[in-house]
Amino acid sequence: MKLKGAKILMECLIREGVEVIFGYPGGANLPTFDEIYEGKIKFILVRHEQGSAFMADGYARATGRPGVCMATSGPGATNLLTGIASAYSDSIPIVAITGQVRTWLIGNDAFQESDVIGLTRPITKHNFLVKDVRDLARTVREAFHIASTGRPGPVLIDLPVNVTQDETEFEWPEKVFIRGYQPTVDGHPGQIKKAADLIAKCKRPVIYTGGGVNLSGASQELTEFVRKTGFPITMTLLGLGAYPGTDPLSLGMLGMHGHASTNHAVQNCDLLIAIGARFDDRVTGKIEAFCPKAKIIHIDIDPASISKNVVVHVPIVGDVKLVLRGLNDIVQAPDVSEWWAEIREWQKKYPLWYKEDGSIKPQYLCEAIYRAAGKDAIVAADVGQHQMWLAQYYRFDYARTFLTSGGLGAMGYAFPAAIGAQAAYPNRLVIALVGDGGFQMTMNELSTVVQSKLPVKIVIMDNKCLGMVRQWQELFYKKRYSQVFLDEGSPDFVKLAESYRVTAKRVSKKDDLGPALKEMIATPGPYLLHVEVTVEENVYPMVQAGRALDDMIGSLS
Amino acid sequence: MTHTISVLVENKAGVLARVAGLFSARAFNIDSLAVGETEDPTVSRMTIVVRGDDRTLEQIIKQLNRLVDVIRVRDISKEPFFDRQLMLIRVGLDGKSREKLLKLAQDLGAQVVDAHQDNAIFELAGDQKKMDGMLEAMKPFGIREVVRTGRIALSQKTEVTLKDLKE
Repeated sequence: MKLKGAKILMECLIREGVEVIFGYPGGANLPTFDEIYEGKIKFILVRHEQGSAFMADGYARATGRPGVCMATSGPGATNLLTGIASAYSDSIPIVAITGQVRTWLIGNDAFQESDVIGLTRPITKHNFLVKDVRDLARTVREAFHIASTGRPGPVLIDLPVNVTQDETEFEWPEKVFIRGYQPTVDGHPGQIKKAADLIAKCKRPVIYTGGGVNLSGASQELTEFVRKTGFPITMTLLGLGAYPGTDPLSLGMLGMHGHASTNHAVQNCDLLIAIGARFDDRVTGKIEAFCPKAKIIHIDIDPASISKNVVVHVPIVGDVKLVLRGLNDIVQAPDVSEWWAEIREWQKKYPLWYKEDGSIKPQYLCEAIYRAAGKDAIVAADVGQHQMWLAQYYRFDYARTFLTSGGLGAMGYAFPAAIGAQAAYPNRLVIALVGDGGFQMTMNELSTVVQSKLPVKIVIMDNKCLGMVRQWQELFYKKRYSQVFLDEGSPDFVKLAESYRVTAKRVSKKDDLGPALKEMIATPGPYLLHVEVTVEENVYPMVQAGRALDDMIGSLS
Repeated sequence: MTHTISVLVENKAGVLARVAGLFSARAFNIDSLAVGETEDPTVSRMTIVVRGDDRTLEQIIKQLNRLVDVIRVRDISKEPFFDRQLMLIRVGLDGKSREKLLKLAQDLGAQVVDAHQDNAIFELAGDQKKMDGMLEAMKPFGIREVVRTGRIALSQKTEVTLKDLKE
C-alpha cells in the first residue's frame, strides 16, 4: 500500500520506539502535523524551538534512548541550533526533524528557507536532506542508528514539504548497513592485556571517568572494576552518577572546580585510567602540566578522542562497557593502601568549605536539595556557579540522574531538559536547578509544563546576577562588574509562575528552606521555588585558566 | 611535513562541503584537494595534500574517518606512490622568441594546446618537480596565466577494492 511521506515518517518513528516528540509546527511541516493529529505518538508543544531540542536532550540523557524534536523550516530550524550544538558537545543522541521548503524551491531564497544542512553540518554527527520520498524510511532508520550507536550524537533530517506529501510503498528496512560508518565496539584483547599489565605494576593509580560511561550504560561494569581494584575514582561533570558519589572510593569531581584533594591525587598519580572521557581543558588545566608523572590508559569508543589533547600510552578503542568487562576478567590490582593514606591526608586538609553569614548560602541550597530529593530524583542544572556547586555538593549515586550542558555550557538548558526527563518519567521527582539568568532564557516553557501537565519542580538560585561572570570579573578584572546584574529587570518570579497557574513560593531565610523544599516536593504538579541566596559568593576551589590542575585558589577556608 | 591522503567517499551532494568544513573547523591546512569519480560511480576519491606534524596528521585521519560519508582514509605518502597534476600555462611570445619557446616546451614534455601571434597555451602533466621546472623555464618569456589541478595520487600497491568494502 502506498503511503504519504508524513505517514511513513510517523510509522518509522513508532517502529523506532519513539514515545514522545517535542516540537513546534509551521508552514513547512504542516503535512507532518496532520499525522501528529492522529495522536499515535505523544506530542509536547513547546514555546520556543530551542526548548524542544533541550527537551529531546534531557529525555535522551535520562533514558538512554534518542530524543526527538521537530521544527519548521527557516526560523524554526535556526532556533534549534543551540540545543543541537549542546547535544553534539556532550554526545547526546537526538534526532531533529525539520521542515524544508519544496525541493524545487531550495536555493531560491524562498519564504522561511534557510540552508539547514549547511547550518547544522558542524554541530551534528550527521545530517540528511531527503529529496525523494522513496529514501525516507531508510533515512529515518539510518538517522536513529547513527544517533544512538558508536559515540552518540545529534542527527538532523531535513524534510521538504513535497516529500512529506508524496506517496510511495512503505518498506521498513530491518537492517542498516552504512559502509562508511562501522564503529569499533570490541576492545582489542592485546591492548586490554597491556592495560592490565600497567595496572598490576602501578602504585598510585587514579580512575578518571567521563560522560562515556553514562552513555554506554556501563555503571555496573565500572563499579565492578573500581571495587575489584580498590582504586580511587574521580568523575567529570558529565561522568557524575556513573559510580556512586557516596562511596568512599569516589573522589568526586576533578578539574577547574573539582575537589582540591582530587586534583592533587590526579597530578601525583603514576597511572591514570581514563574511561569515556576526553581530557577537556576544564578537566586538565594547563595541558603540558597535566599528570606529569603518569602513564595513561585511555578507553574510548571514538578513536579521534584518543591522543587528541594528551598523548596516551595504552589506547583502547571500544565501547567502555565491553572493554571493562574484558578488563574485569583479567585485572589483578596491587595494594595501594599507602596511596590511599596520602589521598586521605589531602582530603582532610582540603575539604569543601563555605562560611555561614545568616543568608542562604548557595552551597547550602545544593546540600538541602540533595537531602530533600531522594535517590530516585533526576536533577538538571543550568550553567554557571549553581551548576558547579551542585556538582560539588550533590552526591549522585546513579547514572542518568544528572542532566547538564557540560561541553557547550548552554544557559537555559536545565528547565527544558527537566521537562524532557519528566516526559519520560512522569512519576519521578524531576528538579531543575536554575540561576536567575539562565531561567530567563527559557522560562517561556512554563507554558509547556502547564499544558503538558508535567510536574517539574523549578528551584531558582537567585543571586541577582550572572554569578560566574561576576566571579571572574571580581577575581581577574578588578571588580569592574560589567553587565552582570540582573535584578533591576528581573520579574517577580512567584507572580510570574502564578500567572501560568504554577504554584510558587519565595524563600530568603535559611530556616525556611528545608520545609519549603519538602512542601515543593509534596505538592502535586509543577512548582517554582524562588530562593534568594548570597549575592557575592564564589565557587572554590578554582584552577585559574592556564594554570596547572593542582595550582588552585580557595582550596583552604 | 607534507602528506598525501587518499580518501574514498560517497559520491553524493554535500560530501565535499563536509570534508572542507572539517578542515576549516579544526584549523587543518590543505595544500590541495582534487576529487573525482572512481571505477564505482557511487564512490569518489579525494586526494588531499596536507601539511602538519605526525600528531596533526593522525587527528586529520581520525576526524575524516568520523564522517559518515567517508568510506576509507589512507596516508599513501607512507608507502611508494605516484602523484600527478595537470597545469595549463599561458606564455607571451613574439616572432623572435616563438621558435625557441616551442622547442623548450617540447623538451620539457609540454603539449601546445593553443597558439596565437602573441601568446601560447601549454599543457603539462607530471609531478611537482616537473611543474616547478616548467614554471622556471617559462618565466623569462613572461607567464600570463597559470591554472593547475590539485595533485592526484595512487599507491604502488593495489588498494582494497571497493567490492571488499561492501556487505
